[in-house]
Formats: sequence, C-alpha cells, structure tokens
Amino acid sequence: MRPINALGAWTLFTREVRRFLKVKMQTIVTPALTAMLYLIIFRYAMGERQVPGMAVDYFTFLVPGLAMMAMLQNAFANTSSSMIMGKVMGMHIYLLMAPLSAIEVVAAFLAAAVVRALVVACVFLAVLFPFVDLQLLHLGLILFYGICGSIIMGGLGLIAGMWSKEFDNIAMVTNFVILPLTFLSGVFYSVKQLPELWQQINHANPFFYLIDGFRYGFLGTGDTDPYASMLVVMTTVLLTILACWQLWRIGWRMKE
Amino acid sequence: MTALAINGLSKVYDNGNQALSDISLQIPQGSFYALLGPNGAGKSTLINILADTVLASRGAVSLFGHDLLAERSWCKRRIGVVPQEVAFDPFFTPREVLAFTSGLFGCKPDFDWIDELLTRLELIDHSGKNTRQLSGGMRRRLLVAQALVHKPKLVILDEPTAGVDVELRKRLWDFMRELNAAGTTILLTTHYLDEAEELCDHVAIIDRGKLLTARPMGEMMREIASSYLWLHYGKAPVLTDAASEQLAAFEPRLSEHGICLKLGKQEGGSTFHQAYQAAVTCFGAPLDAGMRREKLEDVFLRLTGKQASRKTDAGDDHASD
Ligand SMILES: Nc1ncnc2c1ncn2[C@@H]1O[C@H](COP(=O)(O)OP(=O)(O)O)[C@@H](O)[C@H]1O
Ligand SMILES: [Mg+2]
Repeated sequence: MRPINALGAWTLFTREVRRFLKVKMQTIVTPALTAMLYLIIFRYAMGERQVPGMAVDYFTFLVPGLAMMAMLQNAFANTSSSMIMGKVMGMHIYLLMAPLSAIEVVAAFLAAAVVRALVVACVFLAVLFPFVDLQLLHLGLILFYGICGSIIMGGLGLIAGMWSKEFDNIAMVTNFVILPLTFLSGVFYSVKQLPELWQQINHANPFFYLIDGFRYGFLGTGDTDPYASMLVVMTTVLLTILACWQLWRIGWRMKE
Repeated sequence: MTALAINGLSKVYDNGNQALSDISLQIPQGSFYALLGPNGAGKSTLINILADTVLASRGAVSLFGHDLLAERSWCKRRIGVVPQEVAFDPFFTPREVLAFTSGLFGCKPDFDWIDELLTRLELIDHSGKNTRQLSGGMRRRLLVAQALVHKPKLVILDEPTAGVDVELRKRLWDFMRELNAAGTTILLTTHYLDEAEELCDHVAIIDRGKLLTARPMGEMMREIASSYLWLHYGKAPVLTDAASEQLAAFEPRLSEHGICLKLGKQEGGSTFHQAYQAAVTCFGAPLDAGMRREKLEDVFLRLTGKQASRKTDAGDDHASD
C-alpha cells in the first residue's frame, strides 16, 4: 500500500509550468510572432482564395489548423525538452529518487504540456481573431481535440525525452517525425484536394483526425465526422498514457 | 536497531560489468558509516541502487525493517542522497530548487529549515541567484542541501567534498556531525581517509565489487591496523642469520639509522615486549624508540593495494606523507 504523493505531483506540475513561463520567448512571443507572419503571408499575399468544396476562404480554413499545430508542437517540446535537459544536467535523478509513482510523474508532465499548449493556442488565436471570421462554434469539440492532442504529443515528447541521450536525439525526432506528421496532417490543405492514394495515407495519420476535429469546432465543417473520430482519439490518448506509465515504471533508458 | 540492511546485493551492468558481487552490510541506526574503496570499487553503484537510479541485479535491501523494493515510497521519504555527479536545474535559484525538492518528496517546503540549510552550507548569499551562476563547489553544496531538505533519517553522501576546500570541508563535516548527533544515520564515501577515520564510527571497505571488511572503526583500528616499533641505533644494524631468525615474526625492516618491527596482537595488547626484548638481544639497547600505528589510509592501502584518491581529482589531495 502506498499513499498518493499529491504534493509531489503538484510540485512537479508547477515546476514544469514555471519552467516554460521562464522561457517566454518560446512560449508567448514565438506563437504571437508566427501568427502575424502567417497573417501577412496567407491573408495578404495569397488573397481570399476559397478552399475547394468548402464555403470558407483559405485563411479562415488555415487558422484553426495552425493553432492546433502550434499546440501539438509545443506540447511535445515541453515534455521532451524538460526530460532531455534533466538528463543532460543530471537533474532527472530527482524524479527517480523522489517518492513519486509513475502515474504521478506522467500526470504532472502531461498536465503541464496541456497547459503550455493551451497558453500558446490562446496567444496565437488572440492575435488572429480580429482578422478572421471564426467563432467558437463547438467549444466542447475544440477543447476535446485540443486537450487530447496535447496529451498525445506531451506523451510522445516524454517518451522521446526518455529515449534520448542528448539534445541532438530530440532534434532528430522533432525534425523527422513530428514536423512531417504535423505538416502532412491537413493543416495547409483539405484532403479532398488530394489524389485518392494520398487521401488514404492521410487517413492513417493520427494527427489528421486531431486537426480536422479541432478545425470542425470552429468551422462546423471538415473532412471527417468529428464525433466518429473521438473514439480513435481517445484510444490513442489511452495508449499513449499507458506507454508512458509503463516505460516510466521500468525506468526505461533512465535506470541502468 | 539496523537502519539499513543490505543482503547479497549484486549488480551486473548491461555491458557485462560486474560492479557489485554479493555485498552484505548492516548499517546500525545512528551510525556515521564510511563506505570506502578505490576508484571503480562499486561505491556509487551501491548508493545509486539505494537511490533507485540504478536497478539491482540480485539481493535485498531493507530500511528500518521495510523492504526497499516493496515499500519504495515509504523508504524514499526517509532517504536523502547526495549524488556523486553534480546536477543542477538551470532554470531556478537555490531557494526555488530546495522548495521543489521538498515538494517532490511530499513535504510542504519549510522555509525556516531551507534558510538554515542555505546558511549552514554557505549558500545564503547566493540563494536568489540562478544556479547557472553558482560555482562547482556551490552546486555540490546545493546537492547536499537538497538531500537534507525533507529531513531524511538516512543521509547518503557520495563524495560530497570532491573539489571543496579544506575549510569548507571541515564546516560541512561539523554540520554532518550535528545531524548525526541528533539521530540521523549517515553513510559516506570519501577519499579523504584521515577525515573518514576521525568522523566515522563504522567502516566498510570494498574493492572490485567485493566486500573486504566491515566493522566498527575502533575495532578496525585495534584489530586490523598494525603497530610498528622503530628502534634507533644511530647506524644500520647488521642482520645476521641468527638475528634474522629471531626477528622473523616481526617482519624487520632496516633503515640507515635503525630497525622497524611490526607488532602482532595478543591478549590484552601487542607483542611489544617480545619485539623489544628480541631487538635488545640481537643489537643491544637502542638509543631511542618510537611507536607508529597504522592509520586507516595504511590499512586501506594494505587491503586493496590501491590509493583511495581519485586520479581525476585535481587538488590538494595527497600533499601529505
Ligand atoms: N553505467 C555503467 N555501465 C557500465 N558499467 C558501469 C556503469 N557505471 C559504473 N560502471 C562500472 O562499475 C564499476 C563500479 O563503478 P562505480 O560504482 O562508479 O565505482 P566507485 O563509485 O566506487 O568509483 C566500475 O568498473 C565502473 O566502470
Ligand atoms: Mg563513485
């Protein structure tokens, strides 16, 4: 029988949140700035082109997807950078030495990743909302997909961080796995524009459902049925959490 | 009562390195225990197993009667470890780091205690700086504070004074002595054997993963440490065959001015009298005489055949002798 170390988990969560708040440049300024760049490029340079098969202009279509992409990337960055930094500096041993169960550690890390993702999304959307005709049409869907996506990516970041031995390993995962998957998940296009084969490949990308569901929450239209995708997403969330829990429990690539 | 009971502990690393072979050790509650061994003996491996940063291959450990594996959380709250490698959190100040560490261990930060730790470890003037700005020695002292912040019953220090200067080291030991007097059990590895001899009441020596000896310090110095009698003749005595035979038991060593005899143990004391008599018979009365007892360092060297100092350590280590 072990008592729950709620204070320990809470402390880890607040440490993770305070850590990303200390690098405001990455967490607040960068998303605000990229939002403005997207605005200039896609709205003013590309004009008001319509998305084929949808009654929205390209920029309106683009914004929710971009917000979601920022959330996913930031959730991943938060856990992976914390883990690799801890390993390189040697601080990760305190997580192993402290009376924290795997589930407490995983919950704290994932909660902090979700908070960071939400902060980034809010900053990003706050900058763009005045320039785009978007509403919080289905807030429940928006939150569901936003939070589930952040948990999945936070979990993948945690696993990548556990796996990595140096900063370069993380950069590799980010560049060769996370970036392509997020870019090829229908942020910049509707899959209906794609040839049949590519449509099917897209349907195998879990990020596609996340982004499409999130966007549906704003536009009320999308490539998939956001309610049907919920099951897929929840299963993925569950599997991610289970994987994190099990890997932490055995001290994967951390305890020799 | 036993604070820490280690039973048949072994560790083989993934690369096949056998770092510990069947170590059994009892650490009495309230003791100040020195765990000594040359480089690569397995001290850190043992400590890291206790800290749960390395997995044991075989064996059992119990803390105050609670199994370390079965009751991890209970045990972890009662152990504080200072790791050998310097670690620091580059985002925070020492005060924040201590508050976090306390929280991770399930203790609401006690800022009076944190301030006392910062003061005693001479970090109070730097408590608001980012840990990046601290020197190596300060970071190491912060690790000591982190190990103590949740008021553990067993404190384990893995070379806490590497790179710490003599004065600071002395004050750190004073602090450890106070904690020990207040009931904290302390397990220490260090390569300053003079300091270990003075500070600790128990000692274990390991080498290449094997336990060579473990006993109370007094017993170690009484029973394992040898005494030598040197006799001054003003010139090198001539060791005839007869004298050689008569002195054989004392492993005589000649020098320019006299002879040195190793004394054996016997009921209630040593073979001092026999040695002295034998020397007088062989060479006549000496001009002067003296005794030299082996220090812990000498015993260590004799048992392991190696120095305790870390080759990698630059500093004032072995200026003496
Ligand atoms: N992570 C590791 N992987 C493989 N071998 C290791 C590892 N850590 C230590 N060792 C080996 O285990 C032995 C004991 O090391 P260690 O416990 O660090 O000794 P000490 O602290 O007494 O100097 C050494 O031979 C060392 O090379
Ligand atoms: Mg060591």
